Amino acid sequence: MTVKTTDFIIVGGGVHGCATAYELAKAGYKVTLFESRYLSSGGSGRSAAGLRQHFGTEVNLHMAKYNLKVFPTLEEELDTGMDLEFRQWGYMWVAYTDSCLDQLKKNVALQKSMDIPSVIFTPDEIHERWPYLRLDGIIGAAFCGEDGHINPQTLTMAYGEAAARYGAVVKTYTPVQKLLAENGKIKGVVTESGEEWHAPRVLLAAGPHTRPLAATVGVDIPVYPERHNILISEPVEVFNCPMVLCLDDGAYFKQCPNGTFMFGRDDQDEPRDLGNEGNSVKFLAGVTASVLKRIPALSGVRVVRQWSGPYDVTEDHNAIIDWTPLEGLMVNCGWSGHGLQFGPSGGRVCKEMLVGEQAFVDLHRFRLARFAEGDLFFEPAFI
Amino acid sequence: MSEKVNIICRCEEIQIEEIRHWINKGYTNLEELKRILRITMGPCQGRGCRDIILREISMATGKPISELNTGVIRPPVKPIKFSLLAEDN
Repeated sequence: MTVKTTDFIIVGGGVHGCATAYELAKAGYKVTLFESRYLSSGGSGRSAAGLRQHFGTEVNLHMAKYNLKVFPTLEEELDTGMDLEFRQWGYMWVAYTDSCLDQLKKNVALQKSMDIPSVIFTPDEIHERWPYLRLDGIIGAAFCGEDGHINPQTLTMAYGEAAARYGAVVKTYTPVQKLLAENGKIKGVVTESGEEWHAPRVLLAAGPHTRPLAATVGVDIPVYPERHNILISEPVEVFNCPMVLCLDDGAYFKQCPNGTFMFGRDDQDEPRDLGNEGNSVKFLAGVTASVLKRIPALSGVRVVRQWSGPYDVTEDHNAIIDWTPLEGLMVNCGWSGHGLQFGPSGGRVCKEMLVGEQAFVDLHRFRLARFAEGDLFFEPAFI
Repeated sequence: MSEKVNIICRCEEIQIEEIRHWINKGYTNLEELKRILRITMGPCQGRGCRDIILREISMATGKPISELNTGVIRPPVKPIKFSLLAEDN
């Protein structure tokens, strides 16, 4: 069998894998990316496309600020002809209980200390600014007007396309069957089609698939899949409705740049296994009832499509960005539902770590060993 | 004479040239074109455009349509009003 060699192998054509391939290729490194289907086919392309600076931990806020610095000019930088649809219509977390509002206030205080322009709104202020919202029973909300939306599919595919332009080898429809290790070090990958590729550094950025892939070389990555559902409406007149996340039942909605409305909602009964991208009737009816009472103006609008996708969840709802115990094998996964927007910062830190540079943020809290050590790092602002 | 415009996806107003442009760049799977151009995801859910686009992919790749990925049909298949779904049974 012919063995091909490269400097870096990335497994996973989601936004983190593609952004890392882009950063490496742009810096002149030889990199090959493997994706089992097409770019953005997993969690990245199925996400709710939100960008926010509402987090409750410093490291996530540092990275979120960096993402928001990159997004306004990213379409121009990647220069692929794909429309990234970046918009800043704001993002609101709506509290229905005192304990929720207290946590939002703590998060906003931390955000303000880092020069993020978040505010706490009273119910009256919300009604005045968005008279079409009917948020009965709320006691307040956190809002950041810089936050917004990006097209998750073109973002991922544009990173991949730009990476290829800089010389990255992007192999779509090429599932990796297993990793290869030798003498305690990573050696490469074998694809299901029988290709063998060697590299001294391998990055797994395969969302919930990271766990079974890492297991092929005896490394355990505690991340598991959890299916989430979204629906989209027909387009209506654009009125810049921000992302509204309701913390009573986890329902959220927002207008997208093309005028459509996106609804989503959590459901604890959703399947937790790989490869389940089916549809939930329960979701369709439940989310519609929940959202319509908060924005009744949409009652005559039609739902066009629903879909689902996997979160890659960790016990503390924070990512794992770290070298594994197997020398040369790194992981970036476990974003637990907020990973899409971290493509720019995730791509940058992974490139920095892979080539031996100092990462631009301190990633100690994202280390893999925290699970074994019982030193979990909970993100208070997750959906 | 006015310029000839051949719109294939009426929901998103995508012309045949745009579809051919991305097929020529190597995006020869309907799922990829869908994500770049929004084709088959509008109110018609591909009823108007899917067959034409598959024919374009087939011509460009030499593969018969029966071997191509035809995309995923998602509920509710035909658009329905939110108010219908939210009604109490």
